[in-house]
Amino acid sequence: MKKTIITVIGKDRVGIIAAVCTFLSQHNINILDIDQSIIQGYFHMMMIADANKADRDFALLAADLAKIGDDLGVQIKMQHEDIFDVMHRI
Amino acid sequence: MINIYEVSETNKMIEESNLDVRTITMGISLLDCCHENVDTVCSRIYDKITKKAENLVKTGQDIELEYGIPIVNKRISVTPIALVGGSCCRQPEDFIKIAQTLDKAAHTVGVNFLGGYSALVSKGMTKADRLLIESIPQALASTELVCSSVNVGSTRTGIDMDAVKLLGEKVKEAAYLTKDQCGIACAKLVVFCNAPDDNPFMAGAFHGVTEGESVISVGVSGPGVVKRALETVRGQGFDVLCETIKKTAFKITRVGQLVAREASSRLGVPFGIIDLSLAPTPAIGDSVADILQEIGVEYAGAPGTTAALALLNDQVKKGGIMASSYVGGLSGAFIPVSEDQGMIDAVEAGALTIEKLEAMTCVCSVGLDMIAIPGGTTASTISGIIADEAAIGMVNQKTTAVRVIPAWGKKVGDTVEFGGLLGHAPVMKVNEFGCENFINRGGRIPAPVHSFKN
Repeated sequence: MKKTIITVIGKDRVGIIAAVCTFLSQHNINILDIDQSIIQGYFHMMMIADANKADRDFALLAADLAKIGDDLGVQIKMQHEDIFDVMHRI
Repeated sequence: MINIYEVSETNKMIEESNLDVRTITMGISLLDCCHENVDTVCSRIYDKITKKAENLVKTGQDIELEYGIPIVNKRISVTPIALVGGSCCRQPEDFIKIAQTLDKAAHTVGVNFLGGYSALVSKGMTKADRLLIESIPQALASTELVCSSVNVGSTRTGIDMDAVKLLGEKVKEAAYLTKDQCGIACAKLVVFCNAPDDNPFMAGAFHGVTEGESVISVGVSGPGVVKRALETVRGQGFDVLCETIKKTAFKITRVGQLVAREASSRLGVPFGIIDLSLAPTPAIGDSVADILQEIGVEYAGAPGTTAALALLNDQVKKGGIMASSYVGGLSGAFIPVSEDQGMIDAVEAGALTIEKLEAMTCVCSVGLDMIAIPGGTTASTISGIIADEAAIGMVNQKTTAVRVIPAWGKKVGDTVEFGGLLGHAPVMKVNEFGCENFINRGGRIPAPVHSFKN
């Protein structure tokens, strides 16, 4: 199963997780794991999700999430897990 | 399972250190486009390129979006045109017709550049090779996206000095024909020794005759990432320095490998090689010269630079080879002047000369690259520069190249502006003592002896 990584970086505020989770559920994307941390003063959240049964193209979903991030004043990225795997695992 | 810190490190490399995949290059064989009529050849070439590369740009863009990694260029390389046009081109104008067809096809599929307007003449020139070389200035001046390269020598064959002489003249002519655009045609022309068949980088990319029908090659980049990593080990020994470069090169190359595999499977075209080059851009922080400074020289060009560059080049290869089983192309640090802000600064500070750059090309790829020289430089001097660089490649069994731009009407200290990825360049001083009698001898420099290495 190809997993998807969603990252949120920015200043913490009410409703970030709610907005992202609502969007994911609307598009049939299942969340497998959530981790969050403060790195160098910024809120970092990482979600591992299964987007294989999503109802839209990956690129469109990623663009929509980025837009939700713009509205919330944070940066949201959605990427295939492989790019992190190849870089950090031998 | 991947953790949040690893994800953050990767995304920081992309966002803050300009990590990108420099190019996905699709090599396309045009050998089956040969015919005795030039118009038939042109229509076959156009049809083949536009069909094969129809989805190249779209696929590249999809991969960019899905993995969140910029893929700066999507390019095409084709079989050296001197071979494809050999049976139908009777005059330089026929070759120019093919160049214009290539340009049209490149525009249709939306790629950034198309390479392969090339001739391989390391031992001698056929009639077609000579015609193609004759046509290069006009072909490059009348097209936008076509890149040209000529291989004038190799370790096995020696150097074809007739071609070297001819190319000195053609470089000048190309500069003159595009003098209103700062000699841009010369930025699209490379003269090689030991040119590789599978180089994905421009302007020297062509699809070698040893390659298959079509192939996907990827050029990675990331000088900014190496520089940023080295900032964390300032003042530490060479062992730590080397380890840091190797680890970073590994990470960069793995991303390239992922993109190459993905592009290859989506396009249904076999994966060829990853080119491990550190390719700078004019963007601040994306500079090979900055890495050399971080290693410890005040400016690129200061004593110690050649050793620092040799070390850098070697460690990039060692890290990269571990990350990909198929490594090829040029694979080394590029040291173009106009495309690297740190190099430009070094020239302007008086730290870097053409002679030092020549020494640096002995230990890295690829050669005297994107260097603006005074417009009044003679053709024989340009040929002399080409011959010197080719000799370094021939004797050391490595690829070397020359891409110099005579800046028409400009003198040392002036600046020429190419724009975009090609950047801007200060006009550099060239040794003005003559070499005409040497260049005019004609014939070939024999291949060097392969034993008694010293």
